[in-house]
Amino acid sequence: MAKSNKPIVWGPFAAGGTVTAFVTPVLILLTLLAALGHVPDGLTYEGMHGFASHWLAKLAIFAVITLSLWSSAHRLRSTFFDFGLRRDKQIATIVYFMAIIGALASLMFLYCI
Amino acid sequence: MTDRSIELEVLRYNPETDSEPYWQRYSVPHHHEWVVLDALNHIKENIDPTLNYRWSCHMAVCGSCGMMINGSPKLACKSFMRDYENLIRVEPLAHFPIERDLVTGMDDFVSKLARVKPYLIPKQDKPVEEGEYRQTPAELKRYKQYSMCINCMICYSACPEYGLIPKFLGPAAITLAHRYNLDSRDGGREQRQEEVASGEGVWECTFVGACSEACPKHVDPAGALQQVKIASTIDWFKEQLSSWLK
Repeated sequence: MAKSNKPIVWGPFAAGGTVTAFVTPVLILLTLLAALGHVPDGLTYEGMHGFASHWLAKLAIFAVITLSLWSSAHRLRSTFFDFGLRRDKQIATIVYFMAIIGALASLMFLYCI
Repeated sequence: MTDRSIELEVLRYNPETDSEPYWQRYSVPHHHEWVVLDALNHIKENIDPTLNYRWSCHMAVCGSCGMMINGSPKLACKSFMRDYENLIRVEPLAHFPIERDLVTGMDDFVSKLARVKPYLIPKQDKPVEEGEYRQTPAELKRYKQYSMCINCMICYSACPEYGLIPKFLGPAAITLAHRYNLDSRDGGREQRQEEVASGEGVWECTFVGACSEACPKHVDPAGALQQVKIASTIDWFKEQLSSWLK
């Protein structure tokens, strides 16, 4: 039986899942803190802007956003299937396309900083 | 000591006389130390000798008495009646065709098991005179947990993916392939990957994790499948890379 090409979508999904598990809860907490007006000292707008200006930080931010988006897209694809929506090809195209759009958008924003 | 009686509702089906399965209720004595299998044996011996079910060892080793107990796949010999209310519903394992009463058809699982070659394929054959294949305790520890599988098929019954996609190779077969792949004496991984890394293999798993929750031997098939996915992904990228470099 021929080997599947699934690793090409599963690889970034697994990486994204790991990143999401570690980073996303912290990001949510920080965002909530900022939204409630308690911005930690190191996370002021100027501080973050300066951080995101460095190419290494840009790379890290891009990796976190892209892998998380891809991971969510792939998980959504499996979830649709589990809920009985069997148009896997169409669903996969839509969710992966959305993740790629998000990745491109983050690339543009990071480029403009 | 019998302190009360308990109702057992059993799904019955005889393909020669019944057009579809039906529920039959039996009243059995409740003993504190009885498992559901004891209740079934009591019915078979004292109430209704026509009841059919598989069992052999009564000690969670043979893997024959897997069935749905109150909707969950369990070994009947490991499910104490004291842990249930006054009515226990017993059905054949989900996702498998019923042959008769609680007996299900195992052909699909057995053929899948054979496809992954769950036996040692030595790297190099050596004559008996050269002695045994030796293994250190650390090498044994790598796969020991996955060798505890008793082929009871409870993980297939628990797996929603297997229910949706019957061609899925499934938890136990892939876990056993992994068990032999991890064995220091084995050299058959490449052959097994033909099945395991195919579209019907490990990639149908979406890591629901129900197999590991249901497994009566704590094999953790879900963990094994995720390790297989990582190894297969590394294989895939290596293969792509080597074909580009040619």
